[in-house]
Amino acid sequence: MNNNAIVELIDIKKSFGSQQVLRGVNLRIMEGKTTVIVGGSGQGKSLIIKHILGLITPDSGRALVYGKELNRISKKELKDIRTNFGVLFQNSALFDSMTVYDNVALPLRERTMITEDETGRIVNEKLKMMDVEGTNNKYPAQLSGGMKKRVGLARALVLDPKIVFFDEPTTGLDAAKSNEIYRVFSRTQQKLGYTSVIVSHDVPKIFKLADYVALLHNGVVRDCLTPDEFQLSDDPVIKDYVETTMGPLYSSEMEV
Amino acid sequence: MQNYFEKLGANALYHLNQTGRMGIFLFYSLLSIIMPPYKISAIIKQTYVIGVLSTFVIIFTGLFSGMVLGLQGYHTLSKFGAEGLLGSAVALSLIRELGPVLAALMVTGRAGSAICAEIGIMRISEQIDALECMAIDPHKYIIAPKFIAGIISLPLLTAIFDVTGIMGGYLVGVGMLGGNAGTYFSSMYKDVGFSDIYMGFVKSLCFGALIIWICASKGYYVHLNRGGGFGAEGVSSATTNAVVLSSVSILLFDYFLTSVLL
Repeated sequence: MNNNAIVELIDIKKSFGSQQVLRGVNLRIMEGKTTVIVGGSGQGKSLIIKHILGLITPDSGRALVYGKELNRISKKELKDIRTNFGVLFQNSALFDSMTVYDNVALPLRERTMITEDETGRIVNEKLKMMDVEGTNNKYPAQLSGGMKKRVGLARALVLDPKIVFFDEPTTGLDAAKSNEIYRVFSRTQQKLGYTSVIVSHDVPKIFKLADYVALLHNGVVRDCLTPDEFQLSDDPVIKDYVETTMGPLYSSEMEV
Repeated sequence: MQNYFEKLGANALYHLNQTGRMGIFLFYSLLSIIMPPYKISAIIKQTYVIGVLSTFVIIFTGLFSGMVLGLQGYHTLSKFGAEGLLGSAVALSLIRELGPVLAALMVTGRAGSAICAEIGIMRISEQIDALECMAIDPHKYIIAPKFIAGIISLPLLTAIFDVTGIMGGYLVGVGMLGGNAGTYFSSMYKDVGFSDIYMGFVKSLCFGALIIWICASKGYYVHLNRGGGFGAEGVSSATTNAVVLSSVSILLFDYFLTSVLL
């Protein structure tokens, strides 16, 4: 395994009943880089993240994080690996019976021994970083979609994780709100320097953030390339995806 | 014919899987109860939700159960001229059987269904996944406090049920039908022994654990239900199953516990 690859998926296959969703996914996530997974709806992009998080066991294949195979390690080892994770779920997955403050404070209260004053300081700092200060006493149901995402991001980053997963971070948001999320993402990554894995439909905007782009098609990752290489790839599936999502402008540029 | 056996086999495997999952769930829940750290504030909160908030319904049902026992008991016993035994008849029925069983059924309906729905919603909205990803053990964080609260609350609620039931029997047997107050309490004092109270206590303790186990695990595994356990319908069907299974299990366990403890 490459020393820089902190996550490696090897020939992951997963079926639900008679439907085979992943048909042999191979993917490497490089340390300190942003890898974006793109592909059509229902292709199993979020499923890839769930395999890396150890929430789903593959039917066959291996999911390695820090060189450890997730379905062969103990519950405690898995828990130790997960201390490095921060996750922003598609629907934010905020605890709906807790206030914004308690949501963000939860990982600090459960995983550290710091005082409540220190917890408050960190929570407020993260909420400010996400531009949602002043929402401490609100419940998730009282927030807009964009605010929920930002609170979810604050919770994901509150323990300064080494790998952050974003599952459709801008789905359901308008262009302005999406840009806000990207700005927050860019700012926090520069500040905290985490490795990130993003599942997104937001092509081509998401390419600006990506170091690598992986296309999931028919249950396999066609390739994982830099954004420039991806847009100029000769692979017919990638080419077709680029043309479909980015328009004919790019294909004419490619033809030049 | 082959189709029939395939379905039978698939059904058997499904139920075997479910039973196995519930067994694993119980194991991890008990482990998280034993292992520190102990979440005292969460346990107090859950004891309030499961126990304190169930008090009214327990008092209400206990009172009327005792009253109907007093009414039926008085008329039956008076046929044999044994009205003096009303106090012990009411007390023994309540302490040994009706108290633990009815209190457990009431808690199942009030708190068990709420626990199943709450955990089910947390599951389908990925809140439990979020906990796992934050390296927070959902058994420790969500299940263990409810388990401990159930084990603490049920014996106390049963005791309240018994006392209000005895008072209900007194109201009808003595207050309304004219039985003797002294005889009511003295027969009770004479006939109710420690073994009767012990039996009721053990039953309520077991029922407390049983309710939380069944209701919490049904919510926890709502996503694995046959036919897709997603959305409001999935949670509603899991909650119904949890209440039915808990109620049936309470009655079954009651028989087995009685046969062991007698």
